[in-house]
Amino acid sequence: MNAPSNLKYTKSDEWFDPATGAAGISDYAQGQLSDIVFVELLVDEGEEVTIGKAIASVESVKASAEIYAPAAGKVSAVNKGLSDKPETLNSDPYGEGWMIKIAGGSAGDAMDSAAYEKYCEERTH
Amino acid sequence: MTYIPISPAERDAMLKTVGVKSLDDLFDAIPKKHRFPELDLPPALTEMEAAAHLAEMASSNEHVRGDLISFLGAGAYNHYVPSVVDHMLRRGEFYTAYTPYQPEISQGTLQAIFEYQSLMCTLTGMDVSNASHYDGATATAEAVNLAYAQFRGKRKKIVISPTVHPQYREVIRTYSQGMGLEEAGDDPTADLEAGPEALTSLIDDNTMLVIVQYPDFFGRIHDYTKLIEDAHAKGSLVCIVANPTAMLMLKTPGDMGADIVVGEAQPFGIPLWYGGPYLGFFTTKKPYVHKMAGRLVGETIDNRGQRCYVLTLTSREQHIKRERATSNICTNQGLLALAAAVYMSTLGKTGLQQVANLCYQKAHYAAGELSKIDGFGLCFMEPFFHEFVLCCPKPASEVNQYLLDNGILGGYDLSKDYPALQNHILVAVTEMNSKDEIDSLVEALKEM
Amino acid sequence: MATILEPTIFELSSPGRRGVTMPASDVPKAALPPKNLLRSDLPLPELAEVDVVRHYMKLSKFNYSVDDGFYPLGSCTMKYNPKINEDTCRLPGYLFTHPLQPIETVQGNLALMFEMQEWLKEISGFADVTLQPAAGAHGEFTGVLMMAAYHKSRGDTKRTKMLIPDAAHGTNPASVGMLGFSVITIPSDSRGNVDLKALEAACDDTVVGMMLTNPNTLGMFDENIEKVIELVHKCGGLMYGDGANLNALLGIVRPGDLGFDVMHFNLHKTFSVPHGGGGPGSGPVGVGPVLVDFLPAPLVGIIEEGDEEMAPLYGFVTPKKTIGRMKAFHGHFGGGLVRAYTYIAMHGPDGLKDISQYAVLNANYLQARLRSTYKIPYDRICMHEFVMEGQFEGSDIRALDISKRLMDYNFHPPTNYFPLIVHEALMIEPTETENKDTLDRFADALIKIAEEAKTQPELLHNAPHITPFGRMDEVKAARELVLCCWLPENYVNE
Repeated sequence: MNAPSNLKYTKSDEWFDPATGAAGISDYAQGQLSDIVFVELLVDEGEEVTIGKAIASVESVKASAEIYAPAAGKVSAVNKGLSDKPETLNSDPYGEGWMIKIAGGSAGDAMDSAAYEKYCEERTH
Repeated sequence: MTYIPISPAERDAMLKTVGVKSLDDLFDAIPKKHRFPELDLPPALTEMEAAAHLAEMASSNEHVRGDLISFLGAGAYNHYVPSVVDHMLRRGEFYTAYTPYQPEISQGTLQAIFEYQSLMCTLTGMDVSNASHYDGATATAEAVNLAYAQFRGKRKKIVISPTVHPQYREVIRTYSQGMGLEEAGDDPTADLEAGPEALTSLIDDNTMLVIVQYPDFFGRIHDYTKLIEDAHAKGSLVCIVANPTAMLMLKTPGDMGADIVVGEAQPFGIPLWYGGPYLGFFTTKKPYVHKMAGRLVGETIDNRGQRCYVLTLTSREQHIKRERATSNICTNQGLLALAAAVYMSTLGKTGLQQVANLCYQKAHYAAGELSKIDGFGLCFMEPFFHEFVLCCPKPASEVNQYLLDNGILGGYDLSKDYPALQNHILVAVTEMNSKDEIDSLVEALKEM
Repeated sequence: MATILEPTIFELSSPGRRGVTMPASDVPKAALPPKNLLRSDLPLPELAEVDVVRHYMKLSKFNYSVDDGFYPLGSCTMKYNPKINEDTCRLPGYLFTHPLQPIETVQGNLALMFEMQEWLKEISGFADVTLQPAAGAHGEFTGVLMMAAYHKSRGDTKRTKMLIPDAAHGTNPASVGMLGFSVITIPSDSRGNVDLKALEAACDDTVVGMMLTNPNTLGMFDENIEKVIELVHKCGGLMYGDGANLNALLGIVRPGDLGFDVMHFNLHKTFSVPHGGGGPGSGPVGVGPVLVDFLPAPLVGIIEEGDEEMAPLYGFVTPKKTIGRMKAFHGHFGGGLVRAYTYIAMHGPDGLKDISQYAVLNANYLQARLRSTYKIPYDRICMHEFVMEGQFEGSDIRALDISKRLMDYNFHPPTNYFPLIVHEALMIEPTETENKDTLDRFADALIKIAEEAKTQPELLHNAPHITPFGRMDEVKAARELVLCCWLPENYVNE
C-alpha cells in the first residue's frame, strides 16, 4: 500500500493535496474495491462543497462506493476524462486518477500519511 | 408429506444426529403461545382431485379460444403462439433453474437472455436492453427512475401524454409518490385530437422525462421525431412506450431519437393468462446503461478460452448498491424473456413480418366495414396499426353488453378513463381474428 | 479468438430460411401507412423450426436446475417444482382469458384469486392480502409505500428513518431508498438476534418502521421477536416482515399473530412456483388491521353474496385510502397464482406444517453433519437454513473456491458472500424436498473438499473442472460491455 507523505487522508479513504487542491481515492481504497468499471462525478465546476459531501460514485466488479469531499471549498476543476477510463483509479489513484480540485480547500482534521498507513494496517487484520 | 421424500426411519435417524427427540422440539425459539396454530384450510387434495378441481374452476371462465370471439386488446393481445415456444418453456433445465449467479452452470439461461437483449435492441433500434422487468407498466415506471437518477434529482418534472395506457399512468403515480415530482400532461380531459406537439409547450428546463406511447393508447401512429428534438433542446430525456408487434412494421423509436424504449412484450409468445405474468422490456442508449435498473447479461471469456456470458455491471443493483440503487428490482421475467426469444426465432424475420401485416390488414378491414354501419364511425383520422377507436350511437357499456350476449367480447370501454369518450370503444384485431369473425361483429352491430 | 460451444441465434441464421409460416390474409388488401412511418429493414434471424429447437435444447443442457439435482441456495428456497402445477396453469380457461374481460365471464379466475387471498390470510395471520405485486422486491416496495401512506394520513410527517438489521437482503434498503427515506442499520447480537440495546437507542418519533426478515438470513428465529416488535410499535413505527424465509413457518407460527403489520410472500419460494431462471416471481402482500385501507387497488371481493344454490359474484373492490396500482392488470395470475393455489390445495393444514418441519429438520441435519469441519459462527438450532464460513485457518481457500469445487461434485453451490456479517459466508438451505441420501452425499462432498483444501488447494482454485465452462472473466465483461450481438456483417438482406 502506498500513501504519499505530501497528502492528507480521511477515514473514508479519500486523499487531498493541500498544495494543488486535488482530491481522489487512496491506493488502499482502490485495492479494496478491486477492478473499477464506472465512475460518476457528482459535482460540477464552481460548486461549493463541504467536508463529507458526496462528490463521486464508484462501481467495481464486486462493490460500489460513494466518495466524499475530503476538504471544503469551491470546486475549481473536475477530471472529466475519468468516466471514460475508470480503470485509471486502479492504476494511478494519486496521479491521473484525481477526481476534483478544491480551490483553497481546507482539509479539517484529516490524517497525515503515517497516521493513515497505521489506520489501514489496523483494518487489514 | 406430498413432496417430502423422507421415511419415518430416516426421520428418526436424522433427529438423533441433530440431538432432539421430535420434530416439534426444533421450534423452541418460537413464542409458545403462538406456536403451532391450527390453520383453517380445506383438507389436502390428491393430485387427481386437484387436477379435477382446478379444471372445474377454469371451465367456469369464458375464454377467447372458443367461448368468445375477442376484439379486446388495450395492452394485452390474443396472438398465435407457435407450439415450439411452450415446448422449450417446459424444459425443466430452464424453468427450474435459479437466477444465473453461477455462470459456469447457467450458460443456457445467460445466452438465452443475451439473445433476448439482442433481439429487443434490433426491434427497437436501441443500443442496450436489460434482462426485462415485471411488465410494460412497471418498465415505464423504471424509465422515470432512470431519468431521476440520471439528473440526480436536480430535475423534477415529467411530462406524460394522456394517450399513454391509463393503467401505466396510474403505476407511474404510485411509484413516484416518494420523489416529489411535478407531473404535466397526464390529463384525460385534454384535447385528444391534438398531436404530439401539444406536449412541447409543457417541456421546460426542469423536465427530466417525456413519456409517449407508440402506437398510442387509441392505436394511432405518430412520428415523435419532432417532439424528441424539442425535448432534447430543453435537456430532457424521452421515453417511448411501444408495442412490439407494431415495431415489426413501423419506423423504430430508435430512429426517432428516443432515449428509452419500453413496453409490454406479452404479444411475443406469452399467453393472455388473465393479465400475467407478462414481460416488460426496457431498452436505452449506451450513455444511460449505468443508470438503468435490472439485470444485464454481457459477453466475456472463460479460463478455457471459450466465449461465454455473465451478469454484468451488477454493482448498479440493489444487492450491492442497496439504498443508493436506481431501483429495488431483483427478479426479471427470465422464463418469459426466453419465450419472447423463442417466439421471435421460430417465426423469424418473415413470419414476424407476416404477423404484423395480418394484424394491420385485418384491423383495417374491420375499421372499414364497421364505419360503414349507420351511426358508427372512426373517432380519429390518423394512421393506425391494429387498434382503433370506434364511435358508437349508444354508450359503450350497452354496446359491449349487447355484443357479449352474442358471444363477442367487444372492445375496451373508454368512458371510464376519458370523459369525452362515452360512446367509444377501443377495438383490437390480430391475426387470430378471421374475416368471418370480423363479419359477425359487423353483422351483430348492424342489427343492434 | 474464443472457442464457441454454441453460436448465437443470430449466427445460426441463414437468409431465406423459414420457421413457422402464418396463413395468407383473408381480407382485401389495405394500403400500408406512408413510407416515412415504416421501418427500413428488420434484421432478425431466419431459421427453420428444427434449428431453433436444437439451439435451445443445446443451451438447456448448459444449465443446472432443480430437476437436475440438489440446489441448496440459501434464502432462495429451491424446492422441487411439482409437475401438476405446469398442467393446471395451462388449462385453457386460465391461459386464454383476457385481463379486461367483464367479471361475469371470469368468475373461475376471480374465485381462485379470492380463495387465494383467504388462504394466505389464514396461513400468515394477516387481516387482508393483495395479490398484485409481481415479485418479492415489488411486494416490499408495496409494503413500504403503505407504511409511508399510513404515517402521512395521520399527519405524522417527521418519520423518515427505516430500521434495517445488518443481515438484511439488499432489496430492503433499496425499497426504502425509492421513497427517499434513510436507512438506520441495526447490528445483530452474538446469538444472531437483533441487538435490543441498539434497537432501543434507535427507536424514536422519526422512525417509519423496521424491516425484519424472520427467521433472519442467518437462519435464526429471533428469540426476542415479541420484544423487538414491541419496541418498534412503542415509538409509533410499523413492523415489516420480509417473507423470504416463510418456508420455515408454515403451520409453525403466523407473523400476523406475532404483531407484524405487513409482510410479502414469495410464491416462487414457499409455494413451489418455479424460479424460471430468474423470474417471474409472485409477491403478494399481507397486512394487519392498521394498513388494510392502504392496500393497492383493486382487490378481489364478493360483489353479491351467494346462497346454497348460487355461487357468490366475485369482482373488484378498491380500498378506501389505496396507495394506487402497482402494475398493470391483476398480478401474476397464470404463472404464479394458479401454480401456488394448486400446491396449497394439495397440502392442506397438516401438509403445510410438514413442509416447514422437514425443511427445518433437513437444515439442522446438514448443520450437525458439517459442524466439526466448517466453522458455524452462530451455532444453535437453526430454522430452514444456516450459515457457515467457507475458509480455513492458514489456508487461502475462500468461499468462492469451495462453491466452484462443489460443481465438480454435481451440486449447485450454496449462496455465498451473504449475509454480509459472516466472513466468507456459505448459506445453505436444503428445503424439505431432499432425501437423506442426497443430504449425506452433499455433506460428504463438503467434508472431502475441506480435505482437498489442505492437500490439493490448486484443485479448488481452478474449479470447476467437469462443467462445460470454467471460471469467467467478469472484469472483461464489465469493461468491454458487449451487451448484444447482431447479424454477421456479410449477411445479405433480401
